[in-house]
Amino acid sequence: MKIWVAFENNKKPLIIVGAGTCGRAAGAMETWAKAEETLKELKIDAEFMEVGCIGPCYLEPLIDIKIPGKPRLSYSNVSPSKVENILREIFEEDKIPERDFVGTFGDHDGLKKFWDHPMLAKQERIVLRNCGIIDPNSIDHYLARDGYIALEYALAHEPEEVLEIVKSSGIRGRGGAGFPTGLKWGFCRDAPGDRKYMICNADEGDPGAFMNRSLIEGDPHAVLEGLVIAAYTIGASKGYIYIRAEYPLAIERLENAIEQMMETGLIGENILGSGFDFDVTIKKGAGAFVCGEETALMGSIEGKRGMPRSRPPFPAQSGLWGKPTTINNVETLGTIATIVRKGSDWYSNIGTENTSGTKTFSLVGRVRRTGLIEVPMGMSLREIIFDIGGGLFRNFKAVQTGGPSGGCLSEEFLDIQIDYETLAQAGSIMGSGGLIVLDDNTCVVDLAKYFLNFTQSESCGKCVPCRVGTRQLWEILERITTGQADIEDLNKLEKLGTSIKRSALCGLGQTAPNPALSTLKYFRDEYLAHILENRCPAAVCSELVEFRVIADKCTGCQSCVKVCPTDAITGPRSEPHNIDESLCIKCRACYEACRFDAIAGDAIVITSGTVT
Amino acid sequence: MTGTAVTLDLDGFTGIRSDLIPILQHAQDSLGYITEEAVRQISQKIRITENEIYGVATFYAQFRFEPPGEHHIQVCMGTACHVKGGQQLSVSLEYQLDAKMGETTLDGKYDLEQVACLGCCALAPVVKIDETIHSQLTVLKLRKVFDEDEES
Repeated sequence: MKIWVAFENNKKPLIIVGAGTCGRAAGAMETWAKAEETLKELKIDAEFMEVGCIGPCYLEPLIDIKIPGKPRLSYSNVSPSKVENILREIFEEDKIPERDFVGTFGDHDGLKKFWDHPMLAKQERIVLRNCGIIDPNSIDHYLARDGYIALEYALAHEPEEVLEIVKSSGIRGRGGAGFPTGLKWGFCRDAPGDRKYMICNADEGDPGAFMNRSLIEGDPHAVLEGLVIAAYTIGASKGYIYIRAEYPLAIERLENAIEQMMETGLIGENILGSGFDFDVTIKKGAGAFVCGEETALMGSIEGKRGMPRSRPPFPAQSGLWGKPTTINNVETLGTIATIVRKGSDWYSNIGTENTSGTKTFSLVGRVRRTGLIEVPMGMSLREIIFDIGGGLFRNFKAVQTGGPSGGCLSEEFLDIQIDYETLAQAGSIMGSGGLIVLDDNTCVVDLAKYFLNFTQSESCGKCVPCRVGTRQLWEILERITTGQADIEDLNKLEKLGTSIKRSALCGLGQTAPNPALSTLKYFRDEYLAHILENRCPAAVCSELVEFRVIADKCTGCQSCVKVCPTDAITGPRSEPHNIDESLCIKCRACYEACRFDAIAGDAIVITSGTVT
Repeated sequence: MTGTAVTLDLDGFTGIRSDLIPILQHAQDSLGYITEEAVRQISQKIRITENEIYGVATFYAQFRFEPPGEHHIQVCMGTACHVKGGQQLSVSLEYQLDAKMGETTLDGKYDLEQVACLGCCALAPVVKIDETIHSQLTVLKLRKVFDEDEES
């Protein structure tokens, strides 16, 4: 608590660095080093604090500067060279530089507010409430923001009372399927057996989604508090967090947080003097998408191949080592403490009738403002993509939800209010929260092939429909995208897809055909263009596109000649260049060079089917 | 990632079956890859057959059975990276380094791997070289990263 008060009323200037994985990928650590160097030169004694992701990743690196007695100023896209100027203006000239200024936290005359930023204004942050605000390495920061009050409350009450709160809040599993969390806990609590297990599923396997990573990196204690409350409610004394090895920073944050919990008696024996014992082990996944499936995940914890098994028996009756087990997603657990603290009525009033609460999404792809967002259930896709995401640079084509198990929704679905049911009715799924925006430069057939390639390589191989079927689906899509399909292939695609959905063993197989079936349903024209005209309308499928130089526009500046790795482009300076198609590997280097380095700027085009 | 130990130190493990994946991860961390000798050692420690160990190890994408390159390149194959041109990064990288995904360059300097998702989707497309993630790449930006590396 003292540490938080010291932070709120800092005596020294404080530099707050957004140092989650995205921040670091954008160069936050280099900026940090430069900031330290600059402050040293200015002879200013400042402190640094790292925080997790606050959401608008496209603004990373985000750096906040908090001078005692002055507002906390947030700056975006702070490269090392920019940080020097910003710091000099603030500390030397006592100014507030306007360039790259996002806003201030709190109310300050004449200064725009951080939370009024168009990407943030419409969001409702419950699970992400601490992300980017507190130091994720400090349990004191978490405690100061009402951390572990819910656990204290839970331990002072009977498990049934806690279960009732969770049940009546209406929260549903945020991993994708949307099963009511309270019911799930109830089944496990009622199952006979003296040894039970509580597992947190942090195997965020959906490629294109990073909500769980950000939450753990930004607020690990929130997830852990939810985990302990869940364990107490179902009567488990042992817990596991199954997390992807690809998330080293998130693992580090969890390890650190668990250590702090041990030191303060929040985990281990006799937690907070309640007599309840619980300890937790981190299990690192080893790169298998199917391990996001509950039964496969448990197999993996047991040290086996991660292969799903048929249900029943359900994990609540017979899970890890045959004992009753509950598995919850990171986001579900991250919400639990706030529900217990604020009450089920408060939570169930947020969202829609069927689906209460908020949902985090990773808003990515061809949208202007990319990042992690949290919105109340029931918000329309249009509001998310155009108000929060700021729209696209080009024309909207579709939005892909639910990852490899989901589908693509076309423009006509932009006004549906998102919850589990509406998305399923539209032919997609909520999934764990990946929202990938596609524009007219994205080929939906190529995207379907991409997903089928993913699922067929991630198929565990146990059941035939998935092992052989997804391979066949991929082969059909491969034929279509290389111009070797005939119209009959579309029927095969539909028929095969439908039968895999009905017959595969686990969720991975049953949903694997969705990307192909939904794109075929809403974008049949594009499939037909590939098959009948050998044309990829978005000019993506490499076998069907060609790189061309428009002779009238080419100034002969040789930028493309220099970058072509295969020497496919020839032509003397000042004369239009030529691309030898037989040598071209379609790597786009020339196209990029023409757009950014060349004199003409748009002389190289990627076309499909326009030239015979 | 590129450990140099020859034999495996397994003292920290009790040898129960559920230790298998953590032990394999430990082996790869300290040896750089899963060696035949390591599998023999693990087999004795956990008391399961080498066959079974290979069965588990080959199931998971993380484990490799060939020595890694000096630098480890992971090309992100996530959906966001894919729609933002990740495929071209692979094509161009394979050509530039004269090695396919899953292979190591002849001089042993780089090994190429495609990974499902690095979780940096908002800054797609990304490529991770050793511990550094390079974001919002284009073919030319990526090439520059390598050219700078060659010079240094």
